[in-house]
Amino acid sequence: MKIIVDYDLCESNAICMGIAPEVFEVRDDDLLYILQENPPEELRERCEEAARRCPKQAITVED
Amino acid sequence: MSVLVAGASLAGLSAAETLRKSGYESEIVVVDRSTTLPVDRPPLSKQILSGEWALERAVSHSHGKLDNWGLDLRLGSAASRLELDPLRVTLEDGSVLEPEGVVIATGSRPRHISDSASRLQGVHVLRDLAHTTALRSDLESSSGPVAVVGAGFIGAEVAATCRSLGHEVTMIEAAATPLVRVLPAPIGQYIAGLHRESGVDVRLGVGVADIVAGPDGHVRGVAMADGSMIEATIVVVGIGVQPNVEWLEGSGLDIANGVTCDARCVASPRVVAAGDVASWHNPRYDRRMRVEQWEHAIGQGEHAAVVLLSEMGFAGSGEVGAFDSVPWFWSDQYDRKIQMAGIPDASDEMVVVEGSIEEGRFAVLFRRGERCSAVLGVNRPRHVMQARMRLEQSLDWDGVISLFD
Repeated sequence: MKIIVDYDLCESNAICMGIAPEVFEVRDDDLLYILQENPPEELRERCEEAARRCPKQAITVED
Repeated sequence: MSVLVAGASLAGLSAAETLRKSGYESEIVVVDRSTTLPVDRPPLSKQILSGEWALERAVSHSHGKLDNWGLDLRLGSAASRLELDPLRVTLEDGSVLEPEGVVIATGSRPRHISDSASRLQGVHVLRDLAHTTALRSDLESSSGPVAVVGAGFIGAEVAATCRSLGHEVTMIEAAATPLVRVLPAPIGQYIAGLHRESGVDVRLGVGVADIVAGPDGHVRGVAMADGSMIEATIVVVGIGVQPNVEWLEGSGLDIANGVTCDARCVASPRVVAAGDVASWHNPRYDRRMRVEQWEHAIGQGEHAAVVLLSEMGFAGSGEVGAFDSVPWFWSDQYDRKIQMAGIPDASDEMVVVEGSIEEGRFAVLFRRGERCSAVLGVNRPRHVMQARMRLEQSLDWDGVISLFD
């Protein structure tokens, strides 16, 4: 599984961080950082949830 | 056997997707009054209205997914009647369905000042893509001035977008402070100041008497209750929405303010509701509420779908509890991102925990006794989300404030 963020779309709403903080972190500079580009399979459901809830649809989860 | 989803709204489609993901393989019929595919609404008052984004950006939001869910999507055929026992839905085209479960997700529509005002050329509301394209067309062909009636979040976003396009904008709010019924006054004062700094004429504390037309039937301005007149060739009315519940009259459901549901979003056996239309008891706040927010529609649609499967005795569905959400929303105005998680009360104590209101980048907590009711941030997404995660565990004040020591 691979997490891809379109940083042109991302507005750091931080919804993803609320759903999967192991993968997504918005830091004090208000920018989104990906903590694991290839998270383990057990995080798939939450990563897909984060992609679905992103207000800007900036996250893609690839197999 | 089938499930009928009334409303191809964000909540309705979220419910439909969740039914499929939970293994429901029977027919899912989604009906909607609109003849066009659903769009993503947040950019309609911002990037689509400004022209920064092409229309397709809002249109394409969920279409790829729609194809994958195997839905029987019936556009232009709204549900017109619901009978509860036995469960039966009549559509406007006369067809009758007897589903095993119903999701009510018919959303809401904008309020107008009056029927006659709503028919004037140059008078707009903003909810759907057609509203946005009509307003954008007027903004392109007229230099304004623009009057925005209502300083809620939609009104404020439209005012910001129109101002950013270079139009003269007056924002009118009957209350002495924007948002004062739902938030402590300093937040509304901040928002009023933000708009004034950006060159918007913010008129507070005077109501609208009427919208006035010229002899050509085109709007000429807004007549104020104090006798003054605000000239405008474009008027945008943002005074809230009303839930679409008329089709449920006579069903036996309580539709006094949306569809009354229990804490699990159940309105009646095997009938659930989600989104703008659903009034449910949120046990986290021990309060009945109806929430008109984007992310809430997704989350409540998911929850209602899982509850419905349980109601229908669907194999594998377990007991599902209450929908005890901490609602979250955002509003972009100029270069400011306003976010809030939770349900504050206007009389809550407000505590600034990051930055300061003066610098326009801050986070505040709202306190009521030993509870933290909500967090609000301006350009502080990280802090809002951290507090939200804590609020989802508990509203206990000490637990939330300890994040900011």
